[in-house]
Amino acid sequence: MPRPNGSRLLHLAAAVDQEAGFDAASHIGSARLAERGGLDFVTLGDSFARPGPEALAVLARVAPATTRVGLVPTVTTTHTEPFHVQAALATLDWVSRGRAGWRIDVSTTEGEARLFGRRHALPADALWHEAGQVADVAARLWDSWEDGAEMRDEPTGRFGDRDRLHRVDFEGDTFSVRGPSIVPRPPQGHPVRVVDATDRHARRTAARYADVALIRATDPAQAGAVRDLLHAAAVGHGRNPDELRVLAALTVDLGAGERVAEPGWGSALFARERELGGGGGNGPRGPLYRGGPVDLAELIAAWHGTGAVDGFHLTPVEPSRDLERLVNGTVVLLQHRGLFRTFYPGSTLREHLGLARPANRYAETGGAS
Amino acid sequence: MSADTRARRQLHLAAHFPGVGNTTVRADRKSGSRIDFASFEHLARTAERGLFDFFLLAEGLRPREHQGRIHDLDAVGRPDSITVLNALAAVTDRLGLAATVDATFNEPFELARRLATLDHLSEGRAAWNVVTSSDAFTGENFRRGGFLDRADRYTRADEFVLLARELWDSWTPDGVSRPFAHHGRHFDIAGEFTVPRSPQGHPVVIQAGDSAEGREFAAAAADVVLTRHGTLEAGRAFCADVKGRLAAYDRDPGDLRIMPGVTFVLGDTAAEARERAAEIRRRQISPRNAIVALEQVWGVDLSSYDPDGPLPDIDPEPESGPARGRVGVADPFAVAEEWRALSRERGLSIRQTVVEASGRQSFVGTPESVAAEMDAFVTAGAADGFVLVPHPAPGGLDEFVDRVVPLLQERGVFRTEYTGTTLRSHLGLPDPVWKG
Repeated sequence: MPRPNGSRLLHLAAAVDQEAGFDAASHIGSARLAERGGLDFVTLGDSFARPGPEALAVLARVAPATTRVGLVPTVTTTHTEPFHVQAALATLDWVSRGRAGWRIDVSTTEGEARLFGRRHALPADALWHEAGQVADVAARLWDSWEDGAEMRDEPTGRFGDRDRLHRVDFEGDTFSVRGPSIVPRPPQGHPVRVVDATDRHARRTAARYADVALIRATDPAQAGAVRDLLHAAAVGHGRNPDELRVLAALTVDLGAGERVAEPGWGSALFARERELGGGGGNGPRGPLYRGGPVDLAELIAAWHGTGAVDGFHLTPVEPSRDLERLVNGTVVLLQHRGLFRTFYPGSTLREHLGLARPANRYAETGGAS
Repeated sequence: MSADTRARRQLHLAAHFPGVGNTTVRADRKSGSRIDFASFEHLARTAERGLFDFFLLAEGLRPREHQGRIHDLDAVGRPDSITVLNALAAVTDRLGLAATVDATFNEPFELARRLATLDHLSEGRAAWNVVTSSDAFTGENFRRGGFLDRADRYTRADEFVLLARELWDSWTPDGVSRPFAHHGRHFDIAGEFTVPRSPQGHPVVIQAGDSAEGREFAAAAADVVLTRHGTLEAGRAFCADVKGRLAAYDRDPGDLRIMPGVTFVLGDTAAEARERAAEIRRRQISPRNAIVALEQVWGVDLSSYDPDGPLPDIDPEPESGPARGRVGVADPFAVAEEWRALSRERGLSIRQTVVEASGRQSFVGTPESVAAEMDAFVTAGAADGFVLVPHPAPGGLDEFVDRVVPLLQERGVFRTEYTGTTLRSHLGLPDPVWKG
């Protein structure tokens, strides 16, 4: 079936946050459901400000129980050591065999600062500037081991090839890291970096460092305008805009059955953050879309047909109900229409997203495998 | 036999994924990747097949350096231990999962949260091996830098563990979160913990306790003590000393397990086992490894020396300290003199001397003799069990599980099935009392 917008594939992702989700089984169930639908990735929010487990741990627990779906936990950069952040994400990529992503977020409240007792809360622009530097140093540390630097050299008994290990000597405004990392370069080279680009400070960080940007809009024209801004900013940072996937973030309420009389936007256009046990990003989740699974499929097909976005990140209002309707209703319809994959042709998250494995900045050969 | 089976002291077993050091024979076919998840999965599944109490992962925060360069003879790369253990929780059901995590370059709120999460996701199998570091070398990777004086390592770790327990106790057993506030010398924090009380109440706390400070810290705060393996007499003295310190903290001898780290080599006959042990030592010390071992004692570049030639006659210069990120040799002059004497008396080359001087494997023999020796150690009160470090990792544990574990079971000193679900239940440790 011809795609209206040429070669652009549709990308779909879903949030799997749930209330009081401290056991593994419920998370595994959601991730497997998403995987059955062929979704590019699932996200799991995290915050020090409300009850919830460590999201990266949950998705590491999920990894061996799934085989293809991308696993994208929120990891905040304000209070966690940049060195620990990158090591944990590289390890998630190793245990999932190349399916790790990182939803970058910041901790804005004084309450969170008090949990650490090391610094006071800072304004959003300072926090996102720092988050950008953490994203930067993380990629450098992932590159600090060239591919294949882990070796078992029988004649010499060497473990690693030290000529292929590199210090990063990073001097940020609020931290410095010598390097190299302790974790060899992960399977994807760099785990996929995801930034919610709604906040204007976050948008700058997204344009510079994100592989996937989440945006908010209620019609394709609005979405396309935001994407153009992001692409222009990415070009300003010397990036190829084709290396940035832009997904529209929608909160979806599919409680209305197959179709409703009048599908459309929720009365509270930008839904307030729900108090989910698993946490979630800071700030608004909206826009809220209400309708049946068929209506949502039509909306996705229509938006994607205009070429305004590369896909959607969908947050179910009622996790136990809406994710199932999304996968067994909306996704199946999109597959029937030839708009969405029916199986995973690749095995890594980068492959699902059509993103190349990045070259290693320290390797003379370029380092791509 | 079944009558006294009930009275026999039960031993506990753990497996350690080898980290730094020369323990792993890299040339061995059974020695796989140190990074691929498959390696960890194999060793953990083997340990669970052998009904082990727990699986212990080491930690690294900066690759070691030697002569100002990355030390590539060493196992310098490794994944984040807690993240690997969360994944291992998916492929094991009962095995305890122990992460080595530094108390110097982590923060209590965050680490307590990660450990409580692991305990929830593994349904009560989490443990924390508390280690400390203070060097500015490691600090160069962190915001704090080299902030902690060596003398304060334990005071910070002490307060860290205490505070972690406060956080684990901040939710009531029936699931109500209550605010915490801690104002101490090293930490001043307040707020609400984000994780409800986990299945074990508190993850098991492990501590390496050879020094006097370490012993005291272990007696005050640990559930399991890791120690060096030595003679039966030394083991009895160590156990008596550490367990003797418990009363001061209102604890019983049964509240603490003492487990030396050990290596083993098996053979069909005693002679075959001894031969294999000697061969393993030779292969662990490659020519370059021998020179590096020498440089760590002498403190200077000795790369021009022939590994098959005589030892240097120059004196050590310990102040120049080529090795960074590892513990130095305590008395280099004495070690140098000892090695020279060994070389002189037996006509040994540099490499032969280092092989000869390197530590012997802890248990060398037939499966029957190794099982009997281990049993004897525990029966004599010289240990509560052992942390095994297999030579080829991850494949080296299978032989022990297949050949020695059944003999320990026959002797009635090791479980024939897991009777509980949590690590605390495997170790026979009491559940922590909730302190509201």
